[in-house]
Amino acid sequence: MFAAENGLKGDPRLEAISQAIRVVPHFPKKGIMFQDITTLLLDHKAFQDTVDIFVDRYRNMDISVVAGIEARGFMFGPSIALAIGAKFVPLRKPKKLPGKVICEEYELEYGTDCLEMQVDAVQPGDRALIVDDLVATGGTLSAAIRLLERMGAQVVECGCVVGLPEVKVIDT
Amino acid sequence: MSAVIDEDPRVNGIKTKIRVVPDFPKPGIMFQDITTLLLDPKAFKDTVDLFVERYKGRNISVVAGIEARGFIFGPPIALAIGAKFVPLRKPKKLPGEVISEEYTLEYGSDCLEMHVGAVDKGECALVVDDLIATGGTLCAAMNLLERAGAEVVECACLIELPELKASHLLPYHGYPLLGRDRLHGKPLYVLVEYL
Repeated sequence: MFAAENGLKGDPRLEAISQAIRVVPHFPKKGIMFQDITTLLLDHKAFQDTVDIFVDRYRNMDISVVAGIEARGFMFGPSIALAIGAKFVPLRKPKKLPGKVICEEYELEYGTDCLEMQVDAVQPGDRALIVDDLVATGGTLSAAIRLLERMGAQVVECGCVVGLPEVKVIDT
Repeated sequence: MSAVIDEDPRVNGIKTKIRVVPDFPKPGIMFQDITTLLLDPKAFKDTVDLFVERYKGRNISVVAGIEARGFIFGPPIALAIGAKFVPLRKPKKLPGEVISEEYTLEYGSDCLEMHVGAVDKGECALVVDDLIATGGTLCAAMNLLERAGAEVVECACLIELPELKASHLLPYHGYPLLGRDRLHGKPLYVLVEYL
């Protein structure tokens, strides 16, 4: 669901956040309009507002885990986790996390990739929020959901700064 | 030079939460794993608070974090001290115009990139990463910021591996680096030191 359609319609912070995100055409390849959130990170107020909006939504949902997807999920997830008193769990590309990990494959436009999580990061009974900067097809988020559920956590919601229109028609 | 605070009672709690994983990513390396720290909300908050207490009110307008673990600690610090956050990334990750700085690895070299226009001339910057070993990555980070006209106030890391202080000769602008100073005179601030 999109914030503007659910309780935050007309929130002045949303407009400023949207304006702070830069669109870079033809990156990483021709035809892709890349949603660059680094310009949002340069705007302290807009960045703080972004975190605050997520924190306001999740602080009373009894969330014990915030999982962030490498690497831009790391820029938003920890601040949210700290504010709501949850642990932060990084979900990473293969071979980055030490110790015992589980792995979930997901589809790319061409081929597949893998997302990993440490096995001792979450337990049954944990209520989880997954954070990334952007959702497009939902493939990466779906892999993240599967990782958390495999270790017995319950995924309460996925929170993203930007949602691309195609996500509306994908059932995840 | 490095400052290690060991009088603050929070530091010991932080140190005990860092997990050492032997032989990762390859045999002989004792990997300092901070993910176990992130699983403890109080210890994670204490970590951020210690840095925020040091840097708040010092006119730092930029916190630069080194990919990827610097992205975990940098943004909460930036938000708390009123600074912008600038990610320093591996090649080809940042869209748009970037500047690039090469640095030496054990075998070969790598590159760190920063957006053109992220930082303005005269801004005061803090560089954040989870760990300092040889200082090669941090030097590359400082070079990027200085090339953009910023002044690097300090480098802040959770962990320092001091046995590497004297063991490497790192070229800097073509001159070999001798002795213990890995950051060419820039101050380094760490929370825990591993011997």
